[in-house]
Amino acid sequence: MADERLRADSFLPLPEATFHILLALAEEDRHGYAIIQGVAARTDGALKLSAGTLYRSIQRMLEQGLIVETRERPAPELDDERRRYYRITAFGSEVARAEARRLTRLVKLARVSGFVPGRA
Amino acid sequence: MRLYNLLLHLYPAAFRNEYGPEMRAIFARREQEARGPLAALTLWTSTVFEVVGNALAVHWDILRQDLRYTARTLASTPGFTLTAILVVALGVGANTAVFTVTDFVLIRPLPFSDPDRLVKLYERLPGYSRMELSPVTYRDWKRMSHSFEAMGAYVSTSVNLVGQGDPERLEAASVSSDVFPLLGIQPLAGRPFNSTDDRIDSPGTVLLSYGLWQTVFGADPGVIGRKVVLDGAPLTVIGIMPRDFHFPDRSAELWTPLQVRDDASFEDRNNNYFGVIAKLRRGVTVAQARSEMAVITAQLQHQYPKEMAQHGATVNPLHEELSESSRLLLVALSGAAICVLLIVCANLASLLLARGLARKKELAVRTALGAGRERLVRQLVTESLVLAVFGGVMGVLGALGSIPLLGKLVPMSLPIAQTPSVDWRVLTFAVLLTFLTGIAFGVIPALRTGGSVDLGGLRDGVRAGGGRRERVRSALVIAEVMASVVLLVSSGLLMRALWRLQSTDPGFRTDGVLTMRTALPWPKYLKTAAREEFYKQVLTGVRQLPGVANAAYISVLPMVWRGGIWPVSIDQEILDRAESNSASMRFVTPGFFVTLGIPLHLGRDVDEADTSDMPFVAVVSQSFVRRYWPSENPLGKHFKFGFHDRMVVGVVGDVRVRGLERPSEPQVYLPYQQVPDGYFFPYTPKDLVVRSSMTAGSLLPAIRRIVQSADREQPISDVRMMSEIVEDETASRSLQLRILGAFAAVAILLAGIGIHGLLSFAVSQRLHEIGVRIALGASSSDVLRMVLRQGVALAAAGVALGAIVAYAAGREMEALLAGVKPGDAFTFLTAIGLCALMTLVGSLLPAARAVRVDPITVIRSE
Repeated sequence: MADERLRADSFLPLPEATFHILLALAEEDRHGYAIIQGVAARTDGALKLSAGTLYRSIQRMLEQGLIVETRERPAPELDDERRRYYRITAFGSEVARAEARRLTRLVKLARVSGFVPGRA
Repeated sequence: MRLYNLLLHLYPAAFRNEYGPEMRAIFARREQEARGPLAALTLWTSTVFEVVGNALAVHWDILRQDLRYTARTLASTPGFTLTAILVVALGVGANTAVFTVTDFVLIRPLPFSDPDRLVKLYERLPGYSRMELSPVTYRDWKRMSHSFEAMGAYVSTSVNLVGQGDPERLEAASVSSDVFPLLGIQPLAGRPFNSTDDRIDSPGTVLLSYGLWQTVFGADPGVIGRKVVLDGAPLTVIGIMPRDFHFPDRSAELWTPLQVRDDASFEDRNNNYFGVIAKLRRGVTVAQARSEMAVITAQLQHQYPKEMAQHGATVNPLHEELSESSRLLLVALSGAAICVLLIVCANLASLLLARGLARKKELAVRTALGAGRERLVRQLVTESLVLAVFGGVMGVLGALGSIPLLGKLVPMSLPIAQTPSVDWRVLTFAVLLTFLTGIAFGVIPALRTGGSVDLGGLRDGVRAGGGRRERVRSALVIAEVMASVVLLVSSGLLMRALWRLQSTDPGFRTDGVLTMRTALPWPKYLKTAAREEFYKQVLTGVRQLPGVANAAYISVLPMVWRGGIWPVSIDQEILDRAESNSASMRFVTPGFFVTLGIPLHLGRDVDEADTSDMPFVAVVSQSFVRRYWPSENPLGKHFKFGFHDRMVVGVVGDVRVRGLERPSEPQVYLPYQQVPDGYFFPYTPKDLVVRSSMTAGSLLPAIRRIVQSADREQPISDVRMMSEIVEDETASRSLQLRILGAFAAVAILLAGIGIHGLLSFAVSQRLHEIGVRIALGASSSDVLRMVLRQGVALAAAGVALGAIVAYAAGREMEALLAGVKPGDAFTFLTAIGLCALMTLVGSLLPAARAVRVDPITVIRSE
């Protein structure tokens, strides 16, 4: 388990797109366009992933083992054959948690320096 | 949408196949959402940037993976890797070095403004297409012509510099004030010459070259305005020329104004010594200028029917001021370098093909794991490019290191530096060459190997024949043999030519002859008597030195100065001034012929008693006698030469005044005392020749002391052995030959390796077949024959093709061959013999391996 964590740490800091994709997949398996929509909704439209960025990230994340392509398809009436669905792996969750921890630590530091409003 | 599809092609095919449909779908939605032209425009711009950026990133990801993989595979086969890198380094290095010189000499524009409008002008006479102009003809041409924006004249000279340390002899040029503006060159500091400087009565001025300013004047900027003493006259330094400026050739170290006396000698239309450079008017072609000059020379012929009969004009672009042989020499080297590159590529392609087969299993594994054909090909091409880049860097470094050695290939006659400079063109060439090489030797093997992988490769003990692949490799080996035959024959022909030239009798003996120059300055030595005094003192002193057999002076040594050609007239009849009626004129002191070992065939040498108040006499060469008195006794005959009637008193052997490669005019030698004061100053004896049994090093200090005691301000320059002068005649050829020889050696070595590699591979592929044959009763010699037959067939095909190309190449460079025939049988037979030997050596190991095959082991291993 410690090994796994060490390996996860070696991915940090995570590219922004990668982190967002992991977050989007944390709730449920999604196809590409759904990930884009999920990310947009989560950021109130501030981050609109382009198709190229999305699939380049997906390709890399597949190779790194952060996500897998899933064979389970939704009910046929909702399915589109062209679509591929992706699922976050256990290791992907580990990496996302590691990134979250890293960000939290940063925010704490910023707060101590008075850059973030709120409790010290 | 079509446009988007097109954009998607920027991605690697595998990526596009995988994600393209979904990306298209997403884009289609976005397009629907974008309402209004502004939104559409925004979508499209952002999409273009996005696709380009992401595509690059995807390619980069793949490249990084491939590079990591390549590093691992190459490191696991260090032998192969090193060989391949060295072979690429050879090819790229050879071509970069040769290109540097070729570009510098043949391609790069001359370092003047509007270089393509610069031309040189010459007088043309039967037998002489390029003769310098007489001052008066220069004046007429300049006045009468309209094709030229400007015209300037110059004369190469040399001067003695006194007062800056030891007296020094410097090469210089006198130039008219039009020359520098016409070239578009400004001094680095100070001012250029103006028309006042050109006047004979104006105070003397001088411009220094950058090199001279750096060395002799210690880069002192205060030198401008100072006086320096040149040939005894104080001249004011008015400026320093830029570092890379060379004119008329690279030897000139300073420039003085060309001041021309308007006297009787100016009017002599046969006193040709002006070099003339001109700039064509914008829009005027060389052909137009030529036809205008034809009209002008016709007018002058009409005006001066006696002096100007048959005089024409030659107009030659400045960048073509290069002898045919210098040009051919570089073209031949470039061709050879390309041959080497061809062999290198063929050899590497062959190596990679073999390696590809050895890696069949590895590639099959990767295919099984899902790598597409494109990915495999891409991986293999990356590998060859990595090899090419390493080899290219090594080759370029080697080439850069060798450039100073290649200076001898830069002809003296061009106004450029001796050492080629490396600029962005050379580096671009090297980079392109490296990538082309990588692709050339990488692509075919990659397509063959990466494209035909099947899972059969996973099974053990497959006997993949790969007939097609062997055909490609056979073709590559044939190409290698062909190129090496071409190189062998070319260098063989040039070697024969060099031998022939080196064995040419120069007409004199060079052993133990030391030469040096003491050029007496004008006007200090204007009087003949003053010079006599100097020569007598020096020669008497030198002849008394221990070990010295003899010593003498001559105007300028043969091969050092090829000019000084004068018309000859017999019986007051003026003969046409054609090649057959002129002779080279030299003044000599007594003892010159003995010192240089020129045989005296008839009569006597010039003598101290041949003074200016005695009848004027001459010693002539045998060819002179053959030309004018073929069947008479020449002694006592008279002829007019150099303004005076001369009587023949002696006949000596001919010498090669014009060097080993060209025929020379007959020679006339005149006694050094029979010169009226102030006449023939350029012909004043300058070159001292000393025959001795001592080394130059032990002789020189003593000679220096003798010269110093004769004239404290007199410099000694150009100290050389006579043998060096003759060797210099063939120096650029021997250098060229050494390079070509090295190329040929590399070529034949690589071709041998190529044959060896192919046959070894063929044998290893056919081990089973060979084993079966042996088991069925084939004898060793049967097996041997089978293997050798393949090698011989390849070599024979290569030799046949190579011989044809080599003959064609020989025809092209016939001008370089000094009379050796392009189809020289000895050379061809030697080259073919060497190829046969190479084939035999290359086939030996594979053949031996085939013979030793143990049928039982091979068949059981199945």
